[in-house]
Amino acid sequence: MTEVNSEIAQRQNWMSLLARGDVEHFERTWSGIDLKPDYDVLRAADTGMVMVRGRAGGDGQRFNLGEMTVTRCSVRMRNGIIGHAYLAGRNKRQATLAAIFDAMLQAPGCLDTFKASLLDPIQDALAKKQSNTDRKVASTRVNFFTMVRGDD
Amino acid sequence: MYVAVKGGEKAIENAHRFLAEQRRGDANIPELSISQIKEQMSLAVDRVMTEGSLYDKDLAALSIKQARGDLIEAIFLLRAYRTTLARFATSEPINSTQMKVRRRISATYKDLPGGQVLGPTFDYSHRLLNFALMAEGEAPLAEQEAAEIETYPRVTSLMNAEGLIEQECADDSVDVGDLTRDPLDFPADRDVRLQNLARADEGFLLSMGYSTQRGYGNNHPFAGEIRMGDVEVEIIPEELGFPISIGDITITECEMINQFVGSATQSPKFTRGYGLTFGEGERKAMSMALVDRALRARELGEEIQGPAQDEEFVLYHTDNVEASGFVQHLKLPHYVDFQGELEMVRNLRKKQDEMKAAGE
Repeated sequence: MTEVNSEIAQRQNWMSLLARGDVEHFERTWSGIDLKPDYDVLRAADTGMVMVRGRAGGDGQRFNLGEMTVTRCSVRMRNGIIGHAYLAGRNKRQATLAAIFDAMLQAPGCLDTFKASLLDPIQDALAKKQSNTDRKVASTRVNFFTMVRGDD
Repeated sequence: MYVAVKGGEKAIENAHRFLAEQRRGDANIPELSISQIKEQMSLAVDRVMTEGSLYDKDLAALSIKQARGDLIEAIFLLRAYRTTLARFATSEPINSTQMKVRRRISATYKDLPGGQVLGPTFDYSHRLLNFALMAEGEAPLAEQEAAEIETYPRVTSLMNAEGLIEQECADDSVDVGDLTRDPLDFPADRDVRLQNLARADEGFLLSMGYSTQRGYGNNHPFAGEIRMGDVEVEIIPEELGFPISIGDITITECEMINQFVGSATQSPKFTRGYGLTFGEGERKAMSMALVDRALRARELGEEIQGPAQDEEFVLYHTDNVEASGFVQHLKLPHYVDFQGELEMVRNLRKKQDEMKAAGE
């Protein structure tokens, strides 16, 4: 059970990174693979929407805030493994490559092979961008001080 | 009687060509790109996404360009595009306590866990025209400081300890109403009201919120907390059966805290009004929170004194696509209707003249 959970957690992690990567990095990684695996497209990349939900007061009753564009794709590799992708936005090529990568990464040992070239650069770019934003936000932190009034 | 009138096709076609030329403006001036609008008119983009009810910055920027900067027209374009897309899934509720915060302020507590960060705000600016922006200059840079890892607990959660503030009830077994699928029905539950307000015209909500502050609806609010930043969106696709993260969206959230004197069954306490928008939409989120609270009058047993507390009045008039359509349909040909009315007024006048003549 724990093993299954940790497999799911790993997959959630890479799917989350693939949803935030950029298509040029995906293309470079894909073209850098010498023996490209064969795959069938189960569900061609297609753009639709996800209804985004919020909660009243942030923690109460659910409500529908509005939709966002999402592109999804599913592929099946020749070894039978199925890869899925759901990405915010409308980039069909990115969704197709993300679905292929999702399938490839599920094959035994593949995560170790592609972590450094595919996933780490996405993680690093996100961390760098976030840290840059955090530093700008930190410069706008309000430090209140109380004026000491003279007693005499 | 309905009389089909033909003609005008050529005029319409040419009017649209004229519009296209006017939209482009002077061809000697460089054309605006979608990425320029997205980057430099980002608050217009955010407003169009919120009221167009579709989070997609490129499409919102495109609609602004196509609409010549008329945001209500742009919202209409985005709403129309939205109807061409299928809905793949509904997200798990976004969690704003996990937000990557770019702004977080409270008007009720000076020192609160996580502190106050102003972020990119117009507040405290002098509203003097900056003529330097008329010249092309170097891109300005923000200051940077070492950042600590901060968590930002919800301000209302800090008041829970004393039980001085009402608790939200999160019952996820209750179905969530959806105005894009079912028409508005009264009395409207809070989920439907919040969806309606989230899509609502900012100007209308601003005025409605303002009216409550001026006394049309008993409302004594404090901005308990305003936060803006990025949150993760998660869905559980059927084929996977576990949640996956599909990307981040920027949202603005406002929680208003309002005095409530109590009723026969409830002790005096603070109540809450909630506002939420896509992107950076602080004015809209604050207005929404005021109106959300005002619309809770029925639920809290308050006397309905002002228009902002009247849910039929408010919820039927929030949507600027509907409002614009109904107002603007008046310019379409009503030749036959008008002929009918002309005939009626002529008859009335004739009758009046006859009565006058008979009386003399």
